[in-house]
Amino acid sequence: MSQAAIIIASFAYLGVLFAIAYYADRRADAGRSLIGHSTVYALSLAVYCTTWTYYGSVGRAAVSGIGFLPIYLGPTLMMALCWFVVLKMIRIAKAHRLTSIADFVAARYGKSQLLGGLVTVIAVLGVIPYIALQLKAVSGSLTILLHYPDIIVPARAAAFSAIPWHVDSALYVALTLAAFTILFGTRHLDASERHEGMVAAIAFESLVKLLAFTAVGLFVTFGIYEGFGDIFSRARLEPELAELLGAGGKSGSASGWAALTFLSMMSVLLLPRQFQIAIVENVDENHLRRALWLFPLYLLLINIFVLPIALGGLLLFGNGIDADTFVLTLPMVHHQQGLALLVFIGGLSAATGMVIVETIALSTMVCNDLVMPLMLRWHWLGLNQRTDLSGLLLGIRRWAIVLIVLLGYLYFRLAGEAYALVAIGLISFAAVAQFAPVIFGGLYWKGGTRHGALAGLCAGFLVWAYTLLLPSFAKSGWLSRDFLEQGVFGIALLKPQQLFGLSGFDEIAHCLFWSLLANIGAYLAVSLQREPDAREAGQAMLFVDADRLAQAPGRARFWRGRAEIEQLQPLLTRFLGRERAQAALEDYARRRGAASVETLRADADLVNYAENLLAGALGSASARLMMASVVKEEPLGLEEVLNILDEAHQVRAYSHQLEQQSRELSAATRELRAANERLKELDRLKDDFISTVSHELRTPLTSIRAFSEMLFDDPEIELAERRKFLGIIVAETERLTRLIDQVLDLAKIESGNAEWHSGKVDLREVVVQATEAMEQLFKERGISLELKLPAQVAPVVADRDRLVQVMMNLLSNAAKFCAEENGRVAVSMRQEDSAVVVSVADNGPGINAHDQAVIFEKFRQGGDSMTGKPRGTGLGLPISRQIIEHFGGTLQVTSAAPTGDAGANFFFTLPLQAAN
Amino acid sequence: MNRQRLTGSRLAAIFLLGCVLLNYPVLFLIDDQAGVFGVPLVYAYVFAAWAGLIALMALVIERREA
Repeated sequence: MSQAAIIIASFAYLGVLFAIAYYADRRADAGRSLIGHSTVYALSLAVYCTTWTYYGSVGRAAVSGIGFLPIYLGPTLMMALCWFVVLKMIRIAKAHRLTSIADFVAARYGKSQLLGGLVTVIAVLGVIPYIALQLKAVSGSLTILLHYPDIIVPARAAAFSAIPWHVDSALYVALTLAAFTILFGTRHLDASERHEGMVAAIAFESLVKLLAFTAVGLFVTFGIYEGFGDIFSRARLEPELAELLGAGGKSGSASGWAALTFLSMMSVLLLPRQFQIAIVENVDENHLRRALWLFPLYLLLINIFVLPIALGGLLLFGNGIDADTFVLTLPMVHHQQGLALLVFIGGLSAATGMVIVETIALSTMVCNDLVMPLMLRWHWLGLNQRTDLSGLLLGIRRWAIVLIVLLGYLYFRLAGEAYALVAIGLISFAAVAQFAPVIFGGLYWKGGTRHGALAGLCAGFLVWAYTLLLPSFAKSGWLSRDFLEQGVFGIALLKPQQLFGLSGFDEIAHCLFWSLLANIGAYLAVSLQREPDAREAGQAMLFVDADRLAQAPGRARFWRGRAEIEQLQPLLTRFLGRERAQAALEDYARRRGAASVETLRADADLVNYAENLLAGALGSASARLMMASVVKEEPLGLEEVLNILDEAHQVRAYSHQLEQQSRELSAATRELRAANERLKELDRLKDDFISTVSHELRTPLTSIRAFSEMLFDDPEIELAERRKFLGIIVAETERLTRLIDQVLDLAKIESGNAEWHSGKVDLREVVVQATEAMEQLFKERGISLELKLPAQVAPVVADRDRLVQVMMNLLSNAAKFCAEENGRVAVSMRQEDSAVVVSVADNGPGINAHDQAVIFEKFRQGGDSMTGKPRGTGLGLPISRQIIEHFGGTLQVTSAAPTGDAGANFFFTLPLQAAN
Repeated sequence: MNRQRLTGSRLAAIFLLGCVLLNYPVLFLIDDQAGVFGVPLVYAYVFAAWAGLIALMALVIERREA
């Protein structure tokens, strides 16, 4: 294979990529997006798989068996959680035009330039080794391929750094990649920083690398060997390889496995390129749905052949060749020219994809969060006088790309072969994992402050550098190994990889534990020092409540002030260019229904719109500063922001209130219905009462009238007869009077109009008075009355006359219902703890259980009222009960049996109040 | 919205399931030199569990309301 052929193939491939990107950009401009499909989105997410996966997985599998898998299992698990997390991040990023992870963090904590800068620095320092890794992989595989069919391994070649830089293929690879990235990523400035062409090319590259890797896998598994079973059974015969086939042992410890899984979960979202693809380049949030399982499926497919290739290589080469190169060297020893070239192209895909997206993301961050804030501060640069800075922005980004790639190259030259591919990748992963607390904390907790985020990031970054980065330098020979082995200043507790004596973890788990402990600890501790200020509180609400705000009509705005459209327009023009600024404003005017841009009123909404536009080009923190320079803003106090927040909450509160009211309403309806039922019942009772009263009145009237008519019609009636009739008339009239008195009495008591004369009453006197009044009646009927009164009883508070009335009523009832012969009535009284009990017992027929319940109702009498002659008005007991209950007592009846001489026993209790 | 929430909760449950299935100590249980058709059991298990999780996610996400 000639050198020229390889170079031509490589450039042809890059040309194809560029054609795809160009075509996709054209389509996007025409409004027919090529990437408007969830599969494309899922494939572009696979930029996660770099040469680190493509070549490095096999290398890792060769030393740790299935130990390479957590790096792909983590993202699978993370995708399951993405439904909530990523969706929220996409919505926030779109709403505020956030274009990088640095911007995201800066915006969350009150649009802090300092924070954006810090995140940028960490990201650049963390990711540069990773870029170096790609360069190393491409130049290494190029070197191997160029020596085809001999197998030489760059790692073992003569002192690598001895190669003068100007003949080093890696430098040319780096420069080519930088040029390519500039063409892809910074051809023009886009307000939302989306690069449709790039995404399309990345998706294509993902297909190519999967295809190439699967082709090698199939060739090794089924071409060189006879299927999976064959490779594994051969490996099992070699004691060293057999160890790779199980879990545990070489595949790493449980803590290492868990740490790698966690690390890759974080990285799949927080690596700048992953953030760029997953969040910034997302066209439609619905694409996320399918990508959630398509992307893990991709990871699964690209890993199936890793272990077979590793084992196949080890079986063939032993340890003579770096396992990182097996993917390429296996086809080569079997003289598969075409396959080897395909593998090289696949590796090129993996590397270019990573470098392009990563450097675009990093250059945006460097430009927006590092360079621009500084340049805008340096007034001597005269930036404020320049009317169009959009060209400058592009220029900064292009230089940033070149610088980042060259830094990667520098790292590659210096680090050389000290480290295997996988170790470098993990150092980067651990660096970006430091973003996790501030991002996830910021997404779900409103209490985080700018200072807390700064402290957390700094602490995590320093611990990361001390426990992972510096040791890696030491292992590369740049630093003395002394501090690694003896600790700083010889203090053993400070040994970077056994900090405070922690051992038993591998270096990644060790670094993760300490760095995240420091990170989260500082973030929480410093955040809790003070309340978030106005700006922080506002941004926190916009982020944490993003889901709810997306549904609310009109977002809460934390801005108040005066601005002129004449000032906003030049500002936008300066950073976006004349055409784009004009187009954006016209678009806004159209949506607001304004006749032209000039007639627009520069209200909070327009200022917000303009700031968002600027944020897309400049980053949110710088955009904020720029807006502040042209609009007269009245700063909002914490109090006011809280009020605005309250307003936002009021919408929710209002709907809560509505719900509450409707609940109360239905409760009220239920009560009304019940009340209505009660009223109907009362109405029925009233009708019953009236008809009963009329009936009761009619009975004596009828007999009075009958006897009167007899006397009137027949003058011949004898005197004795006449006297008898007149006696009946008088008795009935008395009964009628009594009845009417009682009805009136009852009506008064029930309506609360009765007059009560309360005072201290000695119940013994009441009983004596009542019995004396009834004495004559008892004598007439031959009833013996027995009084059992205690010598002394405490007074009760009641109306004396009313109590006499009750007593007389009970005595007359007893007299009426007592036995015909040997009638006996016993009145007794006893004092209990808090009440006095008076009972009136007779020896009559008693009252059966059913009647006991009804006799206290009006006009209801014991016995068979249909046949027996009524012996009372039927109002005595109801009145008595009302009186007793009025004074807080009870009136009840007991009866031993329906018949028998036990009779009925009425007793009432009255509470002792005077005693207290 | 409720539907979204339900899907999200189901996916979170799948996440928890995955955390258990694809981690120690469950992997220790599988650590056995035996194999299925010559493929080591751990290797087969991890890929099977992985594929199972993906299938489950696909099922939950792609399922449309009847």
